[in-house]
Amino acid sequence: MEAHSSEVFVIGLTVFFLACIIGYYVVWSVTPALHSPLMGVTNAISSVIIVGAILAAGPQGFDTSKIFGLIGVVLASVNIFGGFLVTYRMLSMFKKKTKKTKEKE
Amino acid sequence: MVAILYLISALLFIFALRGLSHPESSRMGNIFGITGMIIAVFTTLMFKSVLSYYEIGAAILIGGAIGSFIALRIEMTALPQLVAAFHSLVGLAAVFVAAAAFYDPVAFSIGKVGSIKTASLVEMSIGTFIGAITFSGSVLAFGKLQGTISGKPIVFKFQHFINALIFLLIIFLIVLFVINQSPTIFWTIVIISILLGFLVVIPIGGADMPVVVSMLNSYSGWAACGIGFTLSNNLLIITGALVGASGAILSYIMSKGMNRSIINVVLGGFGGEQDTSASKDNSDKIVKQGNAEDAAYIMKNADSVIIVPGYGMAVAQAQHALREMGDILKKEGIEVRYAIHPVAGRMPGHMNVLLAEANVPYEEVLELDEINHDFPMTEVSFVIGANDVTNPAAKTDESSPIFGMPILDVEKSQSVLFVKRSMATGYSGVDNELFYRDNTTMLFGDAKKMCEDIVKSLSA
Repeated sequence: MEAHSSEVFVIGLTVFFLACIIGYYVVWSVTPALHSPLMGVTNAISSVIIVGAILAAGPQGFDTSKIFGLIGVVLASVNIFGGFLVTYRMLSMFKKKTKKTKEKE
Repeated sequence: MVAILYLISALLFIFALRGLSHPESSRMGNIFGITGMIIAVFTTLMFKSVLSYYEIGAAILIGGAIGSFIALRIEMTALPQLVAAFHSLVGLAAVFVAAAAFYDPVAFSIGKVGSIKTASLVEMSIGTFIGAITFSGSVLAFGKLQGTISGKPIVFKFQHFINALIFLLIIFLIVLFVINQSPTIFWTIVIISILLGFLVVIPIGGADMPVVVSMLNSYSGWAACGIGFTLSNNLLIITGALVGASGAILSYIMSKGMNRSIINVVLGGFGGEQDTSASKDNSDKIVKQGNAEDAAYIMKNADSVIIVPGYGMAVAQAQHALREMGDILKKEGIEVRYAIHPVAGRMPGHMNVLLAEANVPYEEVLELDEINHDFPMTEVSFVIGANDVTNPAAKTDESSPIFGMPILDVEKSQSVLFVKRSMATGYSGVDNELFYRDNTTMLFGDAKKMCEDIVKSLSA
């Protein structure tokens, strides 16, 4: 049992370090002009923590854990919807404008 | 099956970040992100243990409605506050998930109440600790950015010593918690971590907020990671690591933009009461003052203008008037470009978003490295609401607190127009010698009003 759980931990750690490395390279490739949307997206995806909250809120009946889970779901949902929407708003402002303004003239 | 779906979701998140390498691919990236999230949520709902669909659905609807309402209503100038507020929610959610796992370990298959696996306890308490710090730190950052709390750094004696002691106390409590699994200790950890979050952000001043916001962004990622380890969930670990790395890199870029180490920013106290030496007797120096007509005349007769926006533009909401001014100049055949300093504004990329909101094509908006060598060939630099990022003292005066900070070389252009409310120093408290140069004209007034007046003079 002990050996098993430490194995699980090492797998988690492997995934963690590889993901850090991917994150490092992907984020450096983000153009500085889009650093604000980057914060919006990362904020939204970090709310993937909702997965844990749903698991806690999953069982039927009501106990402390379920209430905590449901609060977690609400909080994470605010972020998911808010984060993606505000990013969408920012990004739609970065559309090519040169064509549009010419049409107007 | 679950693992595969989670993997797809994690890959989509990576593509979401990857999309941001260019404005044209960025919207697709956002769609990848949304798809990834939908897959993650529905996969979790398919778990056998998840039965209370109505309650969960209701919770998602409530949260979603609040989030959508805020995101649709928010002014673009208030983005930094919004992001800080959102970070606090991620932190708080992490605390609640950890608490839920502690009270019902069976649902997460990490043991039974009172006999949770040691590794899970450690991971859980680290997740809680980081989550709680993210929560309170972000709340305070929100207050400072919103203006509810003074942006001035609050410094007191033995500050860092006290913080270090609290940190040690938390480690001690975590050890205790792992041994006896007491709910009292769990909540003590939460409360003390919240306190530490406040104390860590309190000494950091308003203009250092870009670094703080990025750091909290990073923390929210590490908190998700901590929870991911607790639940042995790779999706959470991957996403948390991505977010954590992203925030860390942004913090690094921001502090480099100020030539300060992250440690220096975090220790705080910058821009406070010090630097009195810098405001040495400039009272007898002459400042050339101008008005909107002078500015219009100078720019109309130029071939090229570089606009340098700063936080002052955001405060005055001057971006639309500024773009209008730029449009008129362009119609006159004048080359108009925008130069963005990495730390301009209150969050990474703040100026870019505001200019984009005002319909400035992103091709005209350039970063420091891209445009700095063009200043000597430029006739007019139009500095609006920025100060420290143009101060030549950063290059020449070794005693200056901003020495070594990369600056926009506006002093190399033939003439400089400064739109400012007053002669007050910038955030760093350092006087800007540029104000007293012969080729500098100061335009005192509200940034928005000034741009509107210049537009009037130009079209007259």
